Amino acid sequence: MYSIISTEELVPRVRVYRISAPRIAKKAAAGQFVILRVDDNGERIPLTIADWDVVEGSVSVVFMEVGTTTTKLSRLKAGDTISDIVGPLGNATEIDNFGTVCLMAGGFATATIMPIARAMKAAGNRVITIVGARNKDLLFWRERLSAVSDELIITTDDGSAGRKGVVTEPIKEMLERGERIDRVIAIGPSIMMKFSALTTKPFGIKTIVSMNPIMIDGTGMCGCCRVSVAGQTRFACVDGPEFDAHAIDWDNFMARQRSYIEEEKRSLEICRCPSG
Amino acid sequence: MAKAKIDLNRVAMPKQEAGARRQNFSEVATGYTAEDAKREASRCIECKARNCVAGCPVAIDIPEFISAVKTGDFTAADEIIKRTNALPGICGRVCPQESQCEAVCTLAKKKAPVAIGRLERFVADWEPGYRLKGSTGAKAPKSCKKVAVIGSGPSGLTCAAELARLGHSVTIFESLHVAGGVLMYGIPEFRLPKTIVQTEINFVRSLGVEIVLNAVAGKTFTIDELFKDGFQAVFLGTGAGLPLFLNIENENAPGVYSANEFLSRVNLMKAYHFPEFDTPLKVGKEVAVVGGGNVAMDAARSAVRLGARVTVVYRRGREEMPARLEEVENAEEEGINFLFLTNPISFQVNDQKWVSGMTCQKMSLGDPDASGRRRPVPVGGSEFTLPCDMAIVALGTRPNPLIARSAPGLAFASAGTVIADESTGLTRKAGVWAGGDIVTGSATVISAMGAGKAAARDIDRYLASL
Ligand SMILES: Cc1cc2nc3c(=O)[nH]c(=O)nc-3n(C[C@H](O)[C@H](O)[C@H](O)COP(=O)(O)OP(=O)(O)OC[C@H]3O[C@@H](n4cnc5c(N)ncnc54)[C@H](O)[C@@H]3O)c2cc1C
Ligand SMILES: Cc1cc2nc3c(=O)[nH]c(=O)nc-3n(C[C@H](O)[C@H](O)[C@H](O)COP(=O)(O)OP(=O)(O)OC[C@H]3O[C@@H](n4cnc5c(N)ncnc54)[C@H](O)[C@@H]3O)c2cc1C
Ligand code: SF4
Ligand code: SF4
Ligand code: FES
Repeated sequence: MYSIISTEELVPRVRVYRISAPRIAKKAAAGQFVILRVDDNGERIPLTIADWDVVEGSVSVVFMEVGTTTTKLSRLKAGDTISDIVGPLGNATEIDNFGTVCLMAGGFATATIMPIARAMKAAGNRVITIVGARNKDLLFWRERLSAVSDELIITTDDGSAGRKGVVTEPIKEMLERGERIDRVIAIGPSIMMKFSALTTKPFGIKTIVSMNPIMIDGTGMCGCCRVSVAGQTRFACVDGPEFDAHAIDWDNFMARQRSYIEEEKRSLEICRCPSG
Repeated sequence: MAKAKIDLNRVAMPKQEAGARRQNFSEVATGYTAEDAKREASRCIECKARNCVAGCPVAIDIPEFISAVKTGDFTAADEIIKRTNALPGICGRVCPQESQCEAVCTLAKKKAPVAIGRLERFVADWEPGYRLKGSTGAKAPKSCKKVAVIGSGPSGLTCAAELARLGHSVTIFESLHVAGGVLMYGIPEFRLPKTIVQTEINFVRSLGVEIVLNAVAGKTFTIDELFKDGFQAVFLGTGAGLPLFLNIENENAPGVYSANEFLSRVNLMKAYHFPEFDTPLKVGKEVAVVGGGNVAMDAARSAVRLGARVTVVYRRGREEMPARLEEVENAEEEGINFLFLTNPISFQVNDQKWVSGMTCQKMSLGDPDASGRRRPVPVGGSEFTLPCDMAIVALGTRPNPLIARSAPGLAFASAGTVIADESTGLTRKAGVWAGGDIVTGSATVISAMGAGKAAARDIDRYLASL
């Protein structure tokens, strides 16, 4: 059993939890994830490590309430426990002094990108961070992100904060202006990552995405997390989760992610209304 | 003196009828009664040669335990078995006895070997739970030496149990949320009930072995860190879990599963109880299973129980199938279709991109290959498409790359397996032993256990020399 040290709602349906996991905290690096199970009947779900504290022996995860497991998790309070948490899994983000790095985040990935921004900044890069959200009420950690970015650009679908439009527009303009960008890392919903890849491809800029397939074990045993990269089958849990965005078969990936939509809906209805 | 007449009639194993068992995940073979067991035991002639013992990789005192069964002293039989084998309920069920102990039983010459596996299972089930009386083999005094075992499959459990009995303090590190390895995530409930596995693992715990779950070697910790933390020897029993694929068109389409994913969802995550358990599983109406080994049989038979019509596609003939004959016969009884001499060449998908068919090619058998089996060669113009809404690929597995990437000093063969001494399990890295599937590639429960035991003996010698 692993105890939850604190919980906080960042914006509606997005929460940050600090969970006691000293062994994981000791090893965590930017870009890695954990797999957790809320209870004994529970599913194993992957969540990116958004922060960690070696002294306290804790890791933080930021998650969006979308289905059964994340709903169950949302109901827990500080002091409650979860059955299992394992990690850190996956390869760490490649951190180096690339020059100018552009980080793009959509949705809950604002949290995921934090440790990467921090590490890229510490490695001496000029860090441009672009965060996209539907509206201003869904934005969080703006101060924290600006502290580790040379430039922070916000886009919202409705223009209620930052500039109106999608997250790919600012980078497209920068590239068209001939601004130099040495590396792009895009994290968020698949569709956002796919369009980020399409945006940078004509400019030939190395673009990394963090893939979020359905997973079970996270150690290379089930093959559930496979992704087609440059025509090769790769396992996101042991070969990724970060891959070259321009080499991914996005249509196949998105089809795989939808594998259980009907079952997930059914499970969630029961979870929301346990008696019925 | 006239020789006693040898009884050549093996007592049959009672089992659920095919029609009934297609509907449930309960055990197919229901086990001997006490009467059955005594009757079968009385067939053992307790021959001087004791061939059977040499055929068992963990060298159970077979004639002695069978003798105790004859007299109805099942508790004594249990103690005799557990002296050398901590996992008898598991071995009695899944050992390929026909090619181990029973193959060399003196009565095998008359085609009626004593049903050693069934008797072993009977005894293990008779004494359910683990007894903490310490009567199961004398335990050596505490040595104050610490050993880390990585992986809680049969090799790791056996190595740990043996070392604990020799007085050492042993910790198992396991990456999953339950211990047992393939016994928990791979082999289905209807062949090996999970409560049996956990009971026997609790017996290993009762010997003083600590099991740390959710701990991944190469991620949560490295082997070198274990030495820094005061462990004096390390045993690697992490198996060969990484599934192989065909590398053909549309193989990553949703609906195409590896056998490991399908079986993990079913066994480990109990998806057959969805939505009571949270992990979903989509089971097709028409399921194609690719492969001819035990894993393919387990996947096919699980899919039948989830309501599918199942076709197994295998590139060689029935005789060449590596699966145990008993399991092939069970599968046939359960209504599974077999297409032999057939090999998939691509998958078809529908407009949802979900798998909708598997295009295959007929094969014929050519000259024998390195393994001595005749090599299948494609028959030109024989392509046809098998419609299916789910496909399960069961082509074998290899070790996952986590250990290789994090343990400098270990040497690996081209198949990703760890190079280790055949008789002791000692690797090229000082203080590190390995055994089971990580060394041999996918093999058997009992060979993994034999390797765990041999390594424990060598580790014990090494610790004494420190
Ligand atoms: C390496 C990795 C890191 C991740 N990091 C985070 C994170 O930091 N924060 C976070 O909120 N989520 C993250 N995810 C996604 C997260 O694992 C899923 O949201 C979670 O499994 C949903 O579980 P559920 O039972 O609540 O919902 P389900 O009932 O399983 O699904 C509900 C809905 O979510 C969608 N969904 C399911 N699985 C995924 C997935 N893997 N990716 C995207 N959508 C999915 C389904 O299509 C469905 O519409 C990550 C996934 C991976 C593989
Ligand atoms: C579906 C199926 C059916 C089978 N049927 C039979 C049968 O009927 N009879 C038979 O004799 N054999 C059978 N086998 C083969 C048999 O199960 C294996 O040969 C045996 O389990 C190997 O044991 P092991 O201890 O080497 O590894 P495993 O049982 O694979 O155990 C390895 C353990 O190590 C853990 N691990 C892996 N990597 C790490 C890491 N980095 N850190 C920590 N832990 C890690 C894994 O999670 C796992 O728990 C079957 C196999 C399968 C898949
Ligand atoms: S453990 Fe396996 S090989 Fe040994 S006696 Fe039992 S069934 Fe036979
Ligand atoms: S070889 Fe067969 S007959 Fe002889 S002791 Fe062993 S089980 Fe009995
Ligand atoms: S999650 Fe199972 S292999 Fe990657």
